[in-house]
Parts: sequence; C-alpha cells; structure tokens
Amino acid sequence: MKAAAAIRRPRARKERILVTPEGISLPVTVAGRGARLGALILDLIFIAVLMVCSTLALAQIAGGVGQFMREAEGKGASAQALQFLMIVWVVIMFLFRNAYFLYFELGPRGATPGKRLTGIRIAARDGGRLTAEMVIARNLLRDIELFLPIPLIMMAGADSGMAWLAAAGWFGIFMLFPLFNRDRLRAGDVIAGSWVLERPRQKLEATMTAVQTPPGEAGSLPTQKYRFEEAELAVYGEFELQSLERVLREDRGESIETVYQTIATKIGRSDGWGDERRFLSEYYTQLRARLEAGMRMGRRKADKYSGQ
Amino acid sequence: MNAISASASPDTPINAIEIAALRSDRFRIEREADWQRLEAIVVRMEKGRLRRISDEDLLALPGLYRTVASSLSIARETSLDAATLAYLEALVQRAWFVVYGPRSSLAEWLGSFLGGGWSAAVRAIWLDIVVALAVMVAGVAVGWLLVSHDPEWYFSLMSRDMAGARVPGATAQALRATLFGEQERDGLSVFAAQLFSNNAQVSILAFALGFAFGIPTLLLLIHNLALLGAMAWLYHGAGLLTDFAGWICVHGTTELFAILLAGAAGLHIGRALAFPGDRPILEAAAVAGRRAAVVMTGVVLMLVVAALLEGFARQLVDNTFGRFAIGGFMLMLWCAYFFAFRGNARTGTRR
Repeated sequence: MKAAAAIRRPRARKERILVTPEGISLPVTVAGRGARLGALILDLIFIAVLMVCSTLALAQIAGGVGQFMREAEGKGASAQALQFLMIVWVVIMFLFRNAYFLYFELGPRGATPGKRLTGIRIAARDGGRLTAEMVIARNLLRDIELFLPIPLIMMAGADSGMAWLAAAGWFGIFMLFPLFNRDRLRAGDVIAGSWVLERPRQKLEATMTAVQTPPGEAGSLPTQKYRFEEAELAVYGEFELQSLERVLREDRGESIETVYQTIATKIGRSDGWGDERRFLSEYYTQLRARLEAGMRMGRRKADKYSGQ
Repeated sequence: MNAISASASPDTPINAIEIAALRSDRFRIEREADWQRLEAIVVRMEKGRLRRISDEDLLALPGLYRTVASSLSIARETSLDAATLAYLEALVQRAWFVVYGPRSSLAEWLGSFLGGGWSAAVRAIWLDIVVALAVMVAGVAVGWLLVSHDPEWYFSLMSRDMAGARVPGATAQALRATLFGEQERDGLSVFAAQLFSNNAQVSILAFALGFAFGIPTLLLLIHNLALLGAMAWLYHGAGLLTDFAGWICVHGTTELFAILLAGAAGLHIGRALAFPGDRPILEAAAVAGRRAAVVMTGVVLMLVVAALLEGFARQLVDNTFGRFAIGGFMLMLWCAYFFAFRGNARTGTRR
C-alpha cells in the first residue's frame, strides 16, 4: 500500500484537473521540463537548418543570376535582381524567426514539430478554446526569452565581463522561469493564459469479462467454476480490484502466482491450486460485480481499509 | 441467453454483449463503436491528414465528442474497469484538444482582425496609449535639453558610425545633404526591408519588456525618442528644423505611432501584472496579454508600411511640403481607422 502510494506520487505532482466547457473534469498531465527543453532544442535545430538551407539556396541563385546577367547585359539589371534576392532573404529570416512557432501552433495539432516529437502540445489553461491571440501572445514573448539574449551572449563573449553577465543572467531568469511555478509556465504562457500538456496515448484494452471465450467454442458464458461468498468478496475495495485488473492484464506467471497466494490466504481458500489465472479472473469478475452493484446504490469502498 | 449467443457468430458485437458477464462491460461494448470512430477521426487529425477525413466524419465530430464525454461521466459512476476509464479520459482529452483547438486559420483570423478586432483592441488600451505618448514627448524634450546643455551627450545617444555627417558643428550644407537628394542612392528596397526587420524587432522588444512591470518599456521609449530630440536640436541649430520634421514625418507618423502602440501594449501588460485589481494575477495577465498581442500584430503591419514609406516615398519625394502631406495623410488614416472605425460588432467583442 505504502509502496504503491510512493510510486503514484511523482505523477500526481504533474496531474491537474481541467474542466471542459461541458463541465467534465479531465485529469491532464503537465508536460515535464525535460520534454519542453527537448522540444525547444529540436525546434531551434529545425529553424537553424531551414535558415542555412534557404541562405545557401538563395546564394546559389544569386551566383547564377550574377553570372547570367554579366553575360547578358551588364551591371544594372544584375544589381536589381540581387537586390530583390536580398529582400527575399531578409524577409525569410524574419519569418523563420517569428512565424515558425505561430504557424505550427495555430494548426489543428497545436504543436511545433519539436513538440510533436516529444509528445506535448499547448492548450488553454481555462479549459476553453485555444485562440489565435493566445498563440500570438505566447510566441511574441519568445523574443525576450530567447532571441534577444542568445545573440547578446554570443556577441559579448565571455571575456567582456559585465555585459556577458547581464545577458546570461537575463537568459537564466527566463529559462528558469518554468522551474519556479507549479504549472511550469513560461513567461509567454503567463501572458497568454496557455499551458503545455502531455498528449495522452492510451489504447482501448479488451473487456475483462468477455475476453475469455475462445472463438472456437462459440458463445456460452464459461460456467463459473469458483463461487465466492459475500464475506470472501467483502475484504477488498476498488483499489485492490484495479491492482488485480493490472495483474490480470499483464498476465505474468510469477505475479499471478504471488497475488493468488495473497488472496487465497486472505480469504482462506486453497481450491484454485494449479488453476490460478482462472481463479483470479473469476474472483475479479465477482468482486467487480459486487462493487459495481454497490456503486449503483451509492455505496463505494475505496480500498480494503475503508468500512462498508 | 446461451441460446441467443450460440446462434450468432462469435465475433459480432451483438454476441459479445451477450457474453459479457458484467453490466458495466455490456455498457462498454454497446458504445465501443462510437468511441473507436471518434478515435479514428482524432488520430487522423493529430497526424495532420485533414483531407482524408470525410465531411460526414467532420460533421459528426462534435456530436461524437459529446457522446464519448457523457460515456465517460457514466462510466465514472458505474464502472470499475480502470483500463476503460483511462482510455476514455485520454480519448476525451484528445478530442477536446481537437474540438477546442485553434478554430480559425491564420487567414480567417486576419480577416476579423482587420475588420474591427485590431481597432477595438487599440481603443481598449487607450489609457496606456496616453501614458506612452506622454513618455515619448518627455523623451524628445529630454534629448533636446541634454544635448543643448552639453553637445557631448549627442554621442552617448548615437554612435559615431550611425551619425555619419550628422554631428554637432556640421555645416548647414552637410546637414541639408542628409535630408535631400537621396534619389540616386542604390539599394533603396533592401534598405527598406532591413529597416522593417530592425524596427519590428525593436517594437516587439518594447512590448515584451512590458513583462517586467512595464518599466524597461518606458526606458526604451525614452531612449529612442531622446535620440530624436537630439537630432531635432542639431537641425534646429542649422535652421533646418522644418525640413528635418518633414524628413521624419513621411514614415515617422506611421513608425512612431507603431512604436507608441508597442510601448502602450507593453505597459498594458506591465500594469495588469502590477495592479491586477480584484482578479487573480495570472488571469489579469492573460487577458491583458491577449489584448496586447492583437495590438502587436497590427504594429508589425504598421512597420511594414513605415519601412516602405521610409525606403521609397522619402527618397522619391524630395521636398518638405510633399513629405508633410504624405506623413499627415498617414497620420489621419491611422487615427480614423483606430478611433472612428468600429468594424462589425461580432469581431469587436470576440475576445
């Protein structure tokens, strides 16, 4: 019991309850700092690659144009074409720097390629719609967080003393901002009212009570081999039921063996020897039937310690 | 029960319903098809394959989302199947991301933005605009006074490289040459693009610095405008103040207006953080931040216009009167757009 609580705690620190506009409370997981940092680094690499590629491409074109023009008519027209390329370059650099994040976060996926790779995305903190204004606000702040201090640090160099310290301090404050609040908000998230969440991945597992019938012997409910008395079922609650569910789904021989031992000792039965899986899954079905019947009557039993 | 299930094939859902022992599992099997359909749509949207989703599925999405959300509410009260609950919670969350994701594309948003959203946001921060304007005027005065007391100040405001011929003690002739006769200059358009990129970065900075309670924004405004004051003093000394005003006016009415709005947007955030009123501070910051973001998008657009005016119109129109006419017209245009144009009410109140 204690061990289980300890295992659940680190996740619980990241768990939040979000209420959708329909009034359904959803447990969400705030994205970890490592995932956020990883996503940022990936995005910066993508931007850098894009910038270098487009610069090289433009330089290639410029070289080609220059040569062609020199052969064709001389200086004037070539200068014009080069000027045009220069403008294109300035505009492209501005767009990569400012529109990369905007473009991707405004898409239906709400995540830049880096975020998508690390399995996180942005959402509105109040559970409502993520609006374009939010995305714009959170990305404008990126300028003071990232694009202002990084060139400053690089330009100043470590030997210039104060300037470097100031720039590094600035950078540090904004980079460390997510460390000092509960929801790991970056300065841009504070301003925009957004936050970064983990994207849940969960496959639909088979039903527990219908799965046991092999396709060959069509249909009939497997006859109950073990019947458990009311008193034998009353010892456990929902927590134990769901632990048992996990064990049955994982279906590992040794843990089934151990759990069988524990339960059999607790309820004082030994007739499932050699047939532990069947014994446990029937115990599971009957325990769940009992607890769910209680739920419908408004009686819930959280775990084995809570009384009925 | 046995008779019915034996007659059906074992794989059909109908059969599965019959053989599920628990009521909560039967509940699940009956609704599973809806859940899986929603999941299939959501997965395709997450992968960005919007074109491969049929119209029918797209129309069904909100309804399916609500169905699955209500399945989750019921399952929480009736089922103890942890795996199913976890699946439903994850599925509802993923569908919530999609259903309440950014709805408007960039182009649609721009439409509502230009059709009233922008001017409404500008009117909403009028108080900050007044403060920023006062600070900017004060900045010009400070620059002028500082330099008139001690011309050495000129070089603390402006680097020698940037100043070029515009230094204290320069002849009126030399100063005049910096104002007129630049038509032959090469690379006008490149110059314009660089001006834009630079100015946009400065104004984004002025906005973003509002995060530190707006104080750095004010300092940035004072510094930039003190430079203007110092230059005005310089040209005044040579008797060229009117011509200088015209030279600035062409693009300045647009550019200074944009910087004013950027500073005001920064102040707006700073004010919300420092004095959130009776709202929680995060909520106050978020409301102010979204309003300011709208203003800032507009500022970037204004700076594009300003750079075009600076790069082309100023060089092509080579007399003071023409320059005043262009600058004055732009100023009137902006004022009319921001303070007289109401747009349609829907976009104005959308935020």
